[in-house]
Amino acid sequence: MSGHESTYKPGNAFTKWLDSRLPIIRLASDSFIDFPTPKNLNYWYTFGGILAICLAIQIITGVILAMHYTPDVTQAFASVERIMRDVPFGWLMRNIHTVGASMFFLAVYIHMFRGLYYGSHKAPREVLWLLGCVIFFLMIATAFLGYMLPWGQMSLHGANVIVNLFGAIPLVGESIKAWLLGGPSIGNQTLQRFFSLHYLLPFMIAGVVILHIWALHVPGNGNPEGVEVKDVEKDTVPFHPYYTVKDGFAIVVFLIIFAVLVFYLPNVLGHADNYIEANPLITPSHIVPEWYMLPFYAILRAITFDIGPIQAKLLGVIAMFASIGVLFLLPWLDTSKVKSMRYRPVARQFFFAFVAAGLMLGWCGASNPDDPVFPSLKGADAIVVEFTDPDGTKGTVTFKEKREIDAYEAGDAFQEQKIAEGATGVTLGTQTAKTFTFLHLAQILTGFYFAYFLIILPLLGLRETPKDEPESIHKAVLAGKRGSAAAATE
Amino acid sequence: MSDSQPTKPESVDEERRDFIHIAAIATTAAGAGLVAYPLIDQMNAAGDTKAASSLEIDISKVEVGGELRVLIGGKPFFIRHRTAAEITAADDVDISLLPDPESDTDRLRPLPSNDFNPAILVTSGTCTHLGCVPVGPSQGLVGDFGGWYCPCHGSHYDTSGRIRKGPAPTNLPIPNYEYVTPSVIKISL
Repeated sequence: MSGHESTYKPGNAFTKWLDSRLPIIRLASDSFIDFPTPKNLNYWYTFGGILAICLAIQIITGVILAMHYTPDVTQAFASVERIMRDVPFGWLMRNIHTVGASMFFLAVYIHMFRGLYYGSHKAPREVLWLLGCVIFFLMIATAFLGYMLPWGQMSLHGANVIVNLFGAIPLVGESIKAWLLGGPSIGNQTLQRFFSLHYLLPFMIAGVVILHIWALHVPGNGNPEGVEVKDVEKDTVPFHPYYTVKDGFAIVVFLIIFAVLVFYLPNVLGHADNYIEANPLITPSHIVPEWYMLPFYAILRAITFDIGPIQAKLLGVIAMFASIGVLFLLPWLDTSKVKSMRYRPVARQFFFAFVAAGLMLGWCGASNPDDPVFPSLKGADAIVVEFTDPDGTKGTVTFKEKREIDAYEAGDAFQEQKIAEGATGVTLGTQTAKTFTFLHLAQILTGFYFAYFLIILPLLGLRETPKDEPESIHKAVLAGKRGSAAAATE
Repeated sequence: MSDSQPTKPESVDEERRDFIHIAAIATTAAGAGLVAYPLIDQMNAAGDTKAASSLEIDISKVEVGGELRVLIGGKPFFIRHRTAAEITAADDVDISLLPDPESDTDRLRPLPSNDFNPAILVTSGTCTHLGCVPVGPSQGLVGDFGGWYCPCHGSHYDTSGRIRKGPAPTNLPIPNYEYVTPSVIKISL
């Protein structure tokens, strides 16, 4: 907490001299050594530190990759392959950078869900939450820009799909698109500006991270009990060594998983199509973004209907941006004064449903929207034969059997019979059986996603009866030690 | 100067001060605008990019039933030499039933002689849904209506490049082009 007395005492003549000129050691000591931190933080609270490490890893490996990468459409793909094959340890730097992006998003999603669960967005930490949302938005932008740089098929066509979204904006959409691309389509100029901005944004993230930590240190950490620190002596422990060690242990475990991916499964989260050099004349058959953007991609594709004068395409774009934008409003949408969901029995269940919805939206985003969610429940496709009889009457006959092959054989026989009768325009087509598709699932989940923020959280805060919160962190910890139910549920 | 004689306390002339504030803010705003303009405009298409935005194409080389795919400024275009059956199929459609009603002739451009050559169809090669490039005769897959098929989200186009089925909202646009001679067209962006 910024209110706490500084306990730093310069130990020698140099640090005394420095302390009266630039009290930077004092700042570090008060922020990361003697900073009073609630004593009940669990491992979900270690992801802030993990994220700082992620950002550092991405910046270090990114700066190194930029030494070997060529942002030119004729050379970009080859320069990435050169990094993989010829540059000493280039393969390591690139694998860490690509896997690092995934690990960064994994950590940030856990960090955000933790915030949502323990009410980290509530007063007095609204600005802290808002800055976190800004960081998340910048991360998405950075990842999107960076994905174009290897200049593979998915780089080009994925970026094309996303940039085309801006074309859906009425009146100015096409101009904005041309301005973003620097021409009529994605070209060399686009790759160059994406590279420039991809290099810039991580440093902007670093700047906002400093503000984020500042905004954290003014009210101090939240905690799993959701009650504020009342007695610094009883409720808190110094950040060092208690949380430097706890964070350090979590970071080591995280880095082990990270290393497994880097060394054994470097491409498991990528797409094979991106190892084919970009070709504007051939579109990959199945364009999907990286896994960490899939839920938002699913929301984009879920809107297939017009509402009034607004076309489906524009609505989809609005829904996708709104799904991130709504996070910025969360501190004012969640009306409950009780921070921790440990003491909100109803909200807690909706929270877990929300997590499940987020994961399933990701599944929808990865799947073909027209595919059935449960293939085994899908009925057999029907065969439809259209024909025009010699007397000019048109007709259609539908064949539906348990097995598609039977329907096909019946339809085929009928088709030949009709041709023999002299009918013209005889065609045989399939009519897909109605089933519950990923599009339907994505539409339901998108509805739930927005309902969670716009209906459930505002109403629950007013209607739910929360459980009794503990008097203090200190009391909650002691109760937990004795095996009381309150804290042991976690 | 001010040291030389002690100034007596005087009232502040609020109007003069307002004027200075307004003038200073206005000048700063205008300056910010002048600085911002080149900073933003530099991202628009450069001169050479714009210059590379038209192309003359010899259409006599396109075989019947086939298509030529060209890139102009990075944008794909299809030039299709349609068979008689494909022309009939494009003509023989109840236009009022189409999602984006257009007759086949609406989608052609006149020869220098002001006649039409229905054998040659020129369209944009960008799916109007999300900008993928549809597959066509070049890839041996033409969709349910004999024209083009977009593999990304399943839009089917007919032999006139009109949307018939799938999520795309409109027909494949006809680019800005003209016949220079009966066998050469010029497409401009």
